[in-house]
Amino acid sequence: MASGLHDSQFTNPVIRWIDQRMPVFTMVQKEYGTFPTPRNFNYLWNFGALAMVNLVIMIVTGVVLAMNYTPHVTMAFDSVERIMRDVHFGWLLRYAHANGASMFFMVVYVHIWRGMYYGSFKAPRELLWMLGVVIFLLMMATAFMGYVLPWGQMSFWGATVITNLFSAIPLVGNTIVTFLWGGFSVDNPTLNRFFSLHYLLPFMIVGVVFLHIAALHITGSNNPLGIEPNGPQDTLPFHPYYTIKDSVGIVVYLMVFAVLVFFIPNYLGHADNYIPANPMATPTHIVPEWYFLPYYAILRAVPNKLGGVALMGGSILVLFVLPWLDTSKVRSMRFRPITRVLFFLWTINFFVLLSMGGKPAEQPYVLISQICTVIYFAYFLVVLPLMGRLERPLPLPESIAIAVLGKRATLGAGPIPGGATAKPMEKA
Amino acid sequence: MAESLASHGTHGDASHDVTKRDFLKLTTAAFAAIGVGAMAWPFVASLAPARDVLALSSTDVDVGPVTVGQAITVVWRGKPVFVRHRTPEEIAAARAVPMSDLRDPQTDQSRIIRDPWLVVVGVCTHLGCIPLGQKPTDPKGDFGGWFCPCHGSHYDTSARVRKGPAPLNLLVPAYAFTSDRALRIG
Repeated sequence: MASGLHDSQFTNPVIRWIDQRMPVFTMVQKEYGTFPTPRNFNYLWNFGALAMVNLVIMIVTGVVLAMNYTPHVTMAFDSVERIMRDVHFGWLLRYAHANGASMFFMVVYVHIWRGMYYGSFKAPRELLWMLGVVIFLLMMATAFMGYVLPWGQMSFWGATVITNLFSAIPLVGNTIVTFLWGGFSVDNPTLNRFFSLHYLLPFMIVGVVFLHIAALHITGSNNPLGIEPNGPQDTLPFHPYYTIKDSVGIVVYLMVFAVLVFFIPNYLGHADNYIPANPMATPTHIVPEWYFLPYYAILRAVPNKLGGVALMGGSILVLFVLPWLDTSKVRSMRFRPITRVLFFLWTINFFVLLSMGGKPAEQPYVLISQICTVIYFAYFLVVLPLMGRLERPLPLPESIAIAVLGKRATLGAGPIPGGATAKPMEKA
Repeated sequence: MAESLASHGTHGDASHDVTKRDFLKLTTAAFAAIGVGAMAWPFVASLAPARDVLALSSTDVDVGPVTVGQAITVVWRGKPVFVRHRTPEEIAAARAVPMSDLRDPQTDQSRIIRDPWLVVVGVCTHLGCIPLGQKPTDPKGDFGGWFCPCHGSHYDTSARVRKGPAPLNLLVPAYAFTSDRALRIG
């Protein structure tokens, strides 16, 4: 072995030559081949991989759409209609991109919910979780700016309302808004910079996703029991066990995606966005896309401009400190009988908020939004800190293998795949 | 180092019986390949000229005002098309050339539909510049036709390449006379 070369395990001479000098094949083998993964994942653990697939779909469709889009106030709307009518398969690319955004949020909401239910945010995975919240914030910014690009009525007034949120900041708010706009209203400079940023941010998401996965591969995955694997009997190699399990999920995900794109492509959109932007007339009922509705409901629940904006921001930012708000040492809700019920109630509360965000700003919707807002924050700021001290959790299983296999794990019967060993699996 | 290649790792074990698993792997891979191809198709197709671009694929030209010896340039698919009302001398010169002198042998008769009109795409077959020779003041090259200033290709009065790096004659587009004084390109 020449000095300085990586000790590659690959025998194919071309792969070996590259791997000795730049061990990417060894890295893939280690991180996605033999990577020891808890053997008890359920299908909720598909959603990270689904989010990754979704991100790729968004970038690929987005790059091709950008080839036919014109970021100018007089041409943007028409260029989108040209994509729909004249560009070959343009309708498919645009509907896949627009509904892909909705799919992305569905997938990521389940991913976040899974992290909250099974305590994936707890030590030692706090940073992993916080990087996830950063990805979520970047996604929201990207989705918002993407929705502005078709320059319909909802695009324009969505942009106006959301950018005006920043005017609530004391002293510098109006200056910030002017700098966001590049003028004194949402206009061509705004559209230009939103297009630029809409193209940039997904690649920043790719970067943070890389960090998210890098952190994941240091701590290893959490699992439905929330207890750490103690050895090879508790894990499986990522490939083929979880590549196959993820593939099953991807097929189901693509089926749902296909139903949206091919049968109800405008179901999650707003008809008003097929009216070209008119800076002189606001649509009567203006709401954001469905994935922003819970936060929009919180915004409208507070009869004070700064207070509403602060609570809306706080509803996301509170996730950053979740690892320290939840004082229980037990990760999985399976072993927390009271908090588990309260978390399900919080989940229902989230859907009620989502529903309220889509209603007009009148009674009784405002009152319901206010109650739900209190519940939303009470769970984080009161329930979780207290429950860690008050609740008596159920006994945790000894190990993943015992919980999964029962007696067989201790008897040593049956083949135990070599999850923790560095050797690739032999061909069966 | 080379002698250690074969002894490493467990990949690439060649000898094993064909099993049901091999069949499953092959069919799965085949389905995946078809699926990826089907998904890639719309992306590649979207790069082709869109319908509004294709809709602009024909150009009508009124050649009535073009007098003997005059040439006009019209736009067809975003490219210049030369329409030249050739003089009898130019036509005679084009037809007197022996085929053995030509790099891309074509008779003048095969390159026109109706005398005295010569219609060619005004894009040099070397690397796409527009040859000079449309205006009376332009250099027309050594053969009285067109001269490409980029890399020095010379075209004759039938727009056939005679000198320089261009490999082919100027392209004759599909066109037809819609009346005595009007033609449609494309």
